[in-house]
Amino acid sequence: MQLEIRPNVSSRTAPDIDPLLSLSGITKTFPGVRALSDVSLKLFPGKVTALVGENGAGKSTVVKVLTGIYQPDEGGIRIGGQPVRFPTPQSAENAGVTAIHQETVLFDELSVAENIFLGHAPRSKFGLIDKKAMVARAREILSGIGAKIDPGATLKDLGTANKHLVAIARALSIDASVVIMDEPTAALSQKEIEELYELVENLKRQDKAIMFISHKFDEIFRIADFYTVYRDGQMIGEGAIEDVNEPELVKMMVGRDVSQIYPDRDHNIGDEVLAVEGYEHPTEFANIGFTLRRGEILGFYGLVGAGRSEFMQALFGITRPSGGSVAIDGASITIRSPAEAVASGIVYVPEDRGKQGAIGTLPIFQNVTLPSLARTSRYGFLKLAEEFKLAREYTERLDLRAASLDTNVNNLSGGNQQKVVIAKWLATQPKVIILDEPTKGIDVGSKAAVHEFMAELAAQGLAVIMVSSEIPEIVGMSDRVIVMREGRIEAELDRKDITPETLVTHAAGISEAVQ
Amino acid sequence: MSSTRSIPDRLRSPIERNLKSWESLLLLVAVGIFIANSFASPYFLNAWNLSDATFNFTEKAMIAFAMALLIISGEIDLSVAAIIALASTAMGAAVQVGVGTPGLIFIGIAVGLLCGAFNGVLVTGLGLPSIVVTIGTMSLFRGLSFIILGDQAYRGYPPDFAFFGQGYVWWVISFELTLFAIIAVIYAVLLHMTNFGRAVYAIGNNSTGALFSGIRVGRIKFILFLLTGLMSGVAAICLTSRLGSTRPSIAFGWELEIVTMVVLGGVSILGGSGSIPGVVIAAFVMGLVTFGLGLLNVPGIVMSIVIGALLISVIALPRLWSMWRSA
Repeated sequence: MQLEIRPNVSSRTAPDIDPLLSLSGITKTFPGVRALSDVSLKLFPGKVTALVGENGAGKSTVVKVLTGIYQPDEGGIRIGGQPVRFPTPQSAENAGVTAIHQETVLFDELSVAENIFLGHAPRSKFGLIDKKAMVARAREILSGIGAKIDPGATLKDLGTANKHLVAIARALSIDASVVIMDEPTAALSQKEIEELYELVENLKRQDKAIMFISHKFDEIFRIADFYTVYRDGQMIGEGAIEDVNEPELVKMMVGRDVSQIYPDRDHNIGDEVLAVEGYEHPTEFANIGFTLRRGEILGFYGLVGAGRSEFMQALFGITRPSGGSVAIDGASITIRSPAEAVASGIVYVPEDRGKQGAIGTLPIFQNVTLPSLARTSRYGFLKLAEEFKLAREYTERLDLRAASLDTNVNNLSGGNQQKVVIAKWLATQPKVIILDEPTKGIDVGSKAAVHEFMAELAAQGLAVIMVSSEIPEIVGMSDRVIVMREGRIEAELDRKDITPETLVTHAAGISEAVQ
Repeated sequence: MSSTRSIPDRLRSPIERNLKSWESLLLLVAVGIFIANSFASPYFLNAWNLSDATFNFTEKAMIAFAMALLIISGEIDLSVAAIIALASTAMGAAVQVGVGTPGLIFIGIAVGLLCGAFNGVLVTGLGLPSIVVTIGTMSLFRGLSFIILGDQAYRGYPPDFAFFGQGYVWWVISFELTLFAIIAVIYAVLLHMTNFGRAVYAIGNNSTGALFSGIRVGRIKFILFLLTGLMSGVAAICLTSRLGSTRPSIAFGWELEIVTMVVLGGVSILGGSGSIPGVVIAAFVMGLVTFGLGLLNVPGIVMSIVIGALLISVIALPRLWSMWRSA
């Protein structure tokens, strides 16, 4: 597929005011990845600028450059026209830049006021923390953002939304002229979102420059004055929000040729192997139902927090669903634990490799044979020769690179660790394999190998579920895609309908599909 | 896919790995203490004295084997000595109503298993931290003994019950030493040669990863608590038989000596690594030290100081060694 790509097209609206903060020519490279490549950004006093882009476009990296967490390799930052440098997070705060991060680290056992002022609490004349002044200031800030929270309350007693408001209060406790909001509404309910919008209006009236990162188009169009689009670490476009519409924004976000690097494969889809009906969970997802056939790759797309991993972990028996049924090969089964899921032929390659996928401090062969010990042993007694044989067979199929099968998994690269986890599950001869973000954080070479192998597995008749937040991967690999949003299935797309635009619009819940 | 390159199974042979292990270092320590003892006291190298010395550790070591598995899995049971007290009290009470030796054995084992199951349910069923649960049940189990016995003691155990703590199988080889050896072999096989043992290591290294690999983590931990309770019951039978009486203070403070033995044996207190041979050698080391000091008429309080110093120095030495080498 070829989309119309128009780089730097829409910088047609240069506002009359001078930017309060501007980035120019920023480049940031990590080993093997160019996260930002010559990008720029302008934030204006009393205006909201929305930064738009897919996962991995470089939004979070730019936030970290602006808050002194990362140092750019090239390029400069100016505030009020003066060049500045942020070698530390402290220096960014001192220059008046504050950020509400996606996940702010707060301290459960401390009070609300202590959380807000940790590191910059008002001091008494003896150098001790002036508790009275701190609580009074905290109350002021909290009421300023319309939060009805007692500054003396212990943080752990607050709900998720109130914790988020404390994080916002913490960001505002720094006397800042630039406020960065990184997906601030992700954890909030509709009512709290309305309050947040009011807060943003309030900040605008105080002439603060606001950068707003969001995946939700409705809120971008509601509160932003300007937009900037990044894609793959590059600046794609910027302008006034009234000069652009949703389809144009989506196109700028995803526009690229996606079909080249993915393996060509035959789509030999066989009989139905898995049928899920009415799966639900009290808080994470509801009414999930679908079928899966042999040889099929079913993609699950959605924004972070759409409930995809939570559903997959319930299907694998980690958490208990509150309702629903599963059938394998037409026979109804109950899954109460991962052990039962594995016995029924459902296996799960988790997103968090280090913690959930592999046991890093054990050797490769023990990781591979762990779920298959019943087959490599006799009467419950280990047979090492059988273990090595099984481990060798599957790790060689995956072209694992390791010094020996006795090497600890921790000593391998991310891509090779992923191969160990996949080998572990293939050795159980499963019917359905669930891959959760299978190529997240692994190098390009291993990525291609995992994709190629996935295609091979499907060709051999395995049914594959692939959870991915990477649009090219979903488009390149899937026979069919289920898009989830807020714990529900938003859409089911057949191969011909899978395009970046349909994925993004369904994931964001935009009512009329963009063509 | 691409050309198959063979990955070797191992780079170091198991023999080479064993030679460089903690267990071999500990064995050297044991031999050193043995030689030092034989110079320090003329009474040391006497078969009957040495046989007596084994009673210093056999009962504790039986529990230490089960405890080793539990600690490797990332849990701990501090109620083991209190289980001995409760099991011994139950046996003593049964004696008062005329229960015979087979009945007493049944009661000792049953109380041990029940206490272990109680700990296991609280930890695996309710998801409570085992260190807190077993500190609680430590007070609970021993408290029950105190309520039942007060400052009294149960006596009057049947004559044939004495065999378990005082009997000899052959020459200087006591029944307890024989039982210790059999249990050591059983636990070594269980931990090092079975699927169950592999699962214990997997859980101790990364319990989330083990769960995600289809290991029944809760069930295995429950069995480990059950085994620790069972071994405490068996130790209660041996100890009660050896002493011939039950007081509520029986086996007081043993839980710390047992944990010391396990850690001295090279089991990581954080879980995930350790071996049964290591615990066996540690049992002998602790037995030899206490016995040697006893022959030199060193008072008990000094002995516990020595054991403590031994534990800290044996644990600290490898760390100091690696710090010195990297400096």
